[in-house]
Amino acid sequence: MKFRAKIVDAACLNHFTRVSNMIAKLARTCTLRISPEKLNFILWDRQPSGGASTWCELEQENFFSEFQMEGVSAENNVIYLELTSENLSRALKTAQNARTLKIKLTNKHFPCLTVSIELLSVSNSSRIVTHDIPIKVIPRKLWKDLQEPSVPDADVSIYLPVLKTMKSVLEKMKNISNHLVIEANLNGELNLKVETELVCVTTHFRDLGNPPLASDDASLDRDPAEMVAVLVDIRKLLPFLAGQQVNPTKALCNVVAGRMVHLDVLHEDVSLQCFIPALALA
Amino acid sequence: MKCVVTGSNVKVLGKAVHSLSRIGDELYLEPLDDGLSLRTVNSSRSAYACFLFAPLFFQQYQPSTPGQDLLRCKILMKSFLSIFRSLAMLEKTVEKCCISLNDRSSCLVVQLHCKYGVRKTHNLSFQDCESLQAVFNLASCPHVLRAPARILGEAVLPFPPALAEVTLGIGRGRRVILRSYQEEEAESTSKAMVTEMSIGEEDFQQLQAPEGMGITFCLKEFRGLLSFAESANLPVSIHFDAPGRPAIFSIEDSLLDGHFVLATLLELDPPTQDLSSSKHHQPMPQLQSHSTPYQDNFANDDIDSYMIAMETTVGSEGSRALPSVSLMPGPHSEEEDNEAEPSPVPGTPPPKKFRSLFFGSILAPTHSPQGPSPVLAEDSDGEG
Repeated sequence: MKFRAKIVDAACLNHFTRVSNMIAKLARTCTLRISPEKLNFILWDRQPSGGASTWCELEQENFFSEFQMEGVSAENNVIYLELTSENLSRALKTAQNARTLKIKLTNKHFPCLTVSIELLSVSNSSRIVTHDIPIKVIPRKLWKDLQEPSVPDADVSIYLPVLKTMKSVLEKMKNISNHLVIEANLNGELNLKVETELVCVTTHFRDLGNPPLASDDASLDRDPAEMVAVLVDIRKLLPFLAGQQVNPTKALCNVVAGRMVHLDVLHEDVSLQCFIPALALA
Repeated sequence: MKCVVTGSNVKVLGKAVHSLSRIGDELYLEPLDDGLSLRTVNSSRSAYACFLFAPLFFQQYQPSTPGQDLLRCKILMKSFLSIFRSLAMLEKTVEKCCISLNDRSSCLVVQLHCKYGVRKTHNLSFQDCESLQAVFNLASCPHVLRAPARILGEAVLPFPPALAEVTLGIGRGRRVILRSYQEEEAESTSKAMVTEMSIGEEDFQQLQAPEGMGITFCLKEFRGLLSFAESANLPVSIHFDAPGRPAIFSIEDSLLDGHFVLATLLELDPPTQDLSSSKHHQPMPQLQSHSTPYQDNFANDDIDSYMIAMETTVGSEGSRALPSVSLMPGPHSEEEDNEAEPSPVPGTPPPKKFRSLFFGSILAPTHSPQGPSPVLAEDSDGEG
């Protein structure tokens, strides 16, 4: 198993740092999947009640000027690692005025992902910061749990409003209840609703737009104004929204009635998918 | 005692208090003929810090009223710090700060003269105390590192705030290495990230230490000194000896000097994370003169030994004159401490993680020679 990669471009480095910061906000530990073309950050909430999972994907050639890897075997040319996401984001934080950044898999006193940063300094002297991030290599028998989740056929697919707005709405709603009803239809309408015995608060979004559905037959015999609803835990959705520091190029919400919400967000060349299982509708 | 600080020096004084407050809970304020000294020591006696502000630092400096002895006092750091808490406020509004201490009043009076004629008076109750003085001698430290505070400040920046200790050493190619120190116990399960900063020799004004030399000390106190030194834009000198002996961090200019004496870690096991194979290992030289039970405790325990020799002086003699006692007391005659319990006290916890300074008092002539060895260390496994 071998892995080494290098970033020299400041913009790529910033972008990579942003991704790692976002990952650190979402979960304490993450799985890093390294394959010849792609890097994936996989967040898997292992709660018995059914946790949200997030799949973040970046094309390596958009970030790295050099990228070499050798997986477990020729057929399985991929590496799965588990690491503390905060460590990676902290390590990258020190790379703000870096000349180069190298990431490699090492085994110093324990298996680590070594991030080595050559800093620019005023005096033109060389300064090097090295962070050894402890990792766990994930054995092959556990890989099956870490496959890219298949995207279910959505009942309604709708573009999300500005994420910052949605986040502030949800933050207020969280004070009322943890259970959020997401309702959407094919007319570009999205409702976010919380309910208690005393009060029911709904925020309505209009004219959001729907992407063309893949399966036309399903939508044909359905009234476009008909709302499809799903009940989710607001605490699973909020961190995902809070993690988005910039508004993405594309943000899509796929609702599978009564089963799950699939959020699909694209930031330039980083794709982020979040799967939040539904709670039973009361 | 009466002194008056004006203008930007008020902020300098405030900054010094801030950095002292990272170390101890009590502040020892001692007016001397060569300036006002502020000192503190931490609760486990593993770190000592002192600032000396020269008479020129003040607009007016009067160490004692004529015909009176020099007074000294000990106050709560918290209450003194609260006066200087907001440095921005000090800079913007305070024009003058008067500190006075006299026999008749039972308070240390700190007056801040602010803009628009506002005057804030703080009366701090104090305790009489002995003079606090760590025994250290720059000349006895063979190794010296000196660099602008900014360089060192940038060097510690990548380390997480929660990190307790760093190892500073000289690596291959005479590069100065700072590395996060990990305790050995943290085996297999929860490994923390190890960060290492490597700086070229050219960034240092002085680098006088062999390759492979390294010391481990607490980062928090070091950060405290650095933040002061950075604001004053002064170079920091680090004088050190073998691991286990105290390291002295000092800054100096014409108006003030500061010394931070920090205990360094003595590793018993051959260090796994040494800087190079030639690491020079010190076999606890200071223990030889101790009584047997004490030594046994030491030898059998995982000693993180951090030691600095300390002493307190009583009496009005100019206590700044450093006695020429070596850092680690050899023959244990003068270091007797009237406060410390005699050595084999039943129920004394074994000095498991020994991070203590030597505290002794030189009541010089009146002292009983060579009593039982005092318990010099209190157990202080603060980090758990």
